[in-house]
Amino acid sequence: MLGPSGCGKSTLLRTVNRLAVPVSGSVYVGERDVAAQDPVQLRRGIGYVIQAVGLFGHMTVAQNIAVVPSLLGWDRDRTAARVDELLGLVDLEPQRYRHRYPRELSGGEQQRVGVARAIAAEPPVLLMDEPFGAVDAIVRRSLQDEIRRIASALHTTILFVTHDVDEALRLADRIVVMREGRIEQHGTPEQILREPATPYVAQLFAIDPELRRYDALRGAL
Amino acid sequence: MTYIERHAGDIGVLTLQHLALVGAGLALALVVASALAYAILRAPRADTAIFAGAGIVYTIPSLALLAIAVKYLGLGFWPVVLILAAYAQFILVRSIVTALRAVSEAQIDAARGLGMTASQAFWRVRLPLATPVLIGGVRLATVALIAIATLGGYVGAGGLGNEIFFGLQRQFMAQTLAGSIPAAALAVIADGVLRLIEGAARRRISA
Repeated sequence: MLGPSGCGKSTLLRTVNRLAVPVSGSVYVGERDVAAQDPVQLRRGIGYVIQAVGLFGHMTVAQNIAVVPSLLGWDRDRTAARVDELLGLVDLEPQRYRHRYPRELSGGEQQRVGVARAIAAEPPVLLMDEPFGAVDAIVRRSLQDEIRRIASALHTTILFVTHDVDEALRLADRIVVMREGRIEQHGTPEQILREPATPYVAQLFAIDPELRRYDALRGAL
Repeated sequence: MTYIERHAGDIGVLTLQHLALVGAGLALALVVASALAYAILRAPRADTAIFAGAGIVYTIPSLALLAIAVKYLGLGFWPVVLILAAYAQFILVRSIVTALRAVSEAQIDAARGLGMTASQAFWRVRLPLATPVLIGGVRLATVALIAIATLGGYVGAGGLGNEIFFGLQRQFMAQTLAGSIPAAALAVIADGVLRLIEGAARRRISA
């Protein structure tokens, strides 16, 4: 979900786990109307990652990752094994990171832990709200690669909110372009690039014959 | 100094009595202040009335309030505990409310988004993150109550106020000092210890 800040993309994302309730219309996850489900149970089955502030400062890395397993009543051994497995999955050495506190981690490491926490109970759906907004470009790039890898390894459907066109193009199978609370266009990156539905979409993706020629030229160099 | 040396044992007992008064006053104060803070957080419009009420109590001279308490509860331990609890409200209610409100809503949002119920989000996230500010409030209240508890000397509740009260009555400076110096020392020590705990709690949670 791509659009400028304030366009409603976060709100739309939050209707999926019922942190926001739509005035009209319905949201379905796996063919089930979310409004018909208990919000707490629903959320335990949906991963949720938000920008930077998401980790709990009074809990260690392991405790943060174990939040949902503990809510689901997993036993200690199963939880500990899962925590180590997840740390490995997001490329953080379990022995080194397990007992650290979020304040001792870099922004990129915190975000990896945030991802690990969100997928701890193997949710089929993962919601990510500008998860990499607070990290520098190089770290963002490696986190994006990791998310792609995790998504294909775990067969997780990810709803990803961003205002960064490049990030959307790098990660998305389908892009929903939003503006002022409305969907301007949705489709695969190729479709949108080839046939922007509105002047706004064309402008957003800089789909301008002149610019394209410039890009082509740069590519050739 | 000779007075203090001769009565060291008595002063020790009075110090323990003093701590008992402050401890009981603080415990009662925390229960009441938590209830009032809960009311404010549930019904934010109640805050002006509750803060004003606690402020008015705080402005009543403590000796006058103690006299009223003694009228209903008799002499001894309990009227002192009651006024200590009443005085602490001004500091405690405000610091509990401030501490809980100061926790970033994004953290609570993350907690709810991960599937915590409202009460799980409170006990597992909001309260632990609020502890440094809460301990700060308890620290201020404790220091104030250690001073106010010396009034116990007037109503037979014991404590270091005994020495101060009798010393003043007999115009015997050494006895007055034998009460006031340990009381001041208690306040300084309590402040220091709680400051250390507060600092440790703050370092632990800072993200």
